Amino acid sequence: MKAGYVRRFSRVERLLHWVNALGFFFLLATGLILYLPSLSVLVARRQLIQDMHFWSGVAWLGALALVLLFGVRRFVRTARELESFDRDDLRWLRGGKAPQGRFNAGQKINAALTAAFTILFGVSGLLLWFGERDTRYRFASTVILHDGLMYVSLALLVGHLYLALIHPATRHALRGMTVGTVSEEWAKRHHSKWRPEPQ
Amino acid sequence: METPPVTPEPDPEPRRYGRGLFLATVAGGVSSLYWGKAAWSRVSGVVSPVAGALVPILPTGGWRIYTVSGSMPVFDPATWRLSVGGMVDKPVSLGYDELRALPRVEQVSNFHCVTGWTVQNVTWGGVRMSDLLSLVSPQPAAHALRFISMEKPYVDYLTLQQATLHDVMLAYEMEGKPLPQEHGAPLRLIIPEMYGYKNVKWLERIELIPQPGSGYWEQLGYDRDAWVGRSNGYGT
Repeated sequence: MKAGYVRRFSRVERLLHWVNALGFFFLLATGLILYLPSLSVLVARRQLIQDMHFWSGVAWLGALALVLLFGVRRFVRTARELESFDRDDLRWLRGGKAPQGRFNAGQKINAALTAAFTILFGVSGLLLWFGERDTRYRFASTVILHDGLMYVSLALLVGHLYLALIHPATRHALRGMTVGTVSEEWAKRHHSKWRPEPQ
Repeated sequence: METPPVTPEPDPEPRRYGRGLFLATVAGGVSSLYWGKAAWSRVSGVVSPVAGALVPILPTGGWRIYTVSGSMPVFDPATWRLSVGGMVDKPVSLGYDELRALPRVEQVSNFHCVTGWTVQNVTWGGVRMSDLLSLVSPQPAAHALRFISMEKPYVDYLTLQQATLHDVMLAYEMEGKPLPQEHGAPLRLIIPEMYGYKNVKWLERIELIPQPGSGYWEQLGYDRDAWVGRSNGYGT
């Protein structure tokens, strides 16, 4: 590790993030072809795209589960960090300046929502698939849930990409998710309560 | 025994709000399978002026395009014809202009898909099925119609009674314009009382037959009589 840098994300954490990102973008692309009439006209092979969308969704959930299982000890600790909100977190959310740990309170909320949405995407997607084959799995609201999740996820994604790629104060964090390390000085400024693990 | 001096706790044990948020979101999402549609129609009803302004901006206009084959049929006005035959006394084959020369009607109706989405107040222009039928004189033994799409192998059936409901039509216009390709150009069936899969797109032939058969989706388990809200597992 370069001097002056500290490790923020372990290998399995980064793997989980990128498996999730890759799956999400592929599902978004195939999903939009199914959803937007103008794209449906362009591509037209609905059955094929639908199969691709469904099976890549299954693969996405399977891969996420595998990575989680593979790094289970690490992820139990990460989940503890993500779910815990202390007084500083609540102050931070109200817009105050408050020292933050490895994750700030906004990242914790994003993580909780992203995890919940993954499960809901899976549930509603499976219901759409099986509902096409068996009326017992058919609910009038499944498609509303699946579409609604897409819209909210898209909004979260836009915010996430802005903070990770554009916003000058935060875009250094992208390094943490690619090579795993961030500069010590940046970490102190943004995550002053975080004590990086000794390597 | 002496009590040790109490040191004020600087920060209480962190709360697991993240877990709460996660579980609440999952629970809210799963339960929305029961209330989502009702809530959505209420919200879109209350904010209808806003929604009215919003829906045209929404990239889909509320529609989703379903096809069953590899490519979408292309309408060629020079070669397309609608043939109506089977058990009729006077079979016809109509070109696009001949079809539009028949008495034209317009109606505003809602379109429901069996998967749960709905588009309200769609304006269709075209001909009534009854007008077309009087042209061909069905024989007394004909009790059903077979609708054949240019998109193979899509086919669907209606009983004669269903096909002559007051708001059943063959539409060649949508929202005042010629029917777009993705909505079945040049001609599609519109039966608002039934789910979308009965509303055959890209029509090229209609046959009068003794009894209805099973259409494309019906062979895959969907109901023949696809009444909105009263079939396919809904409202039963």
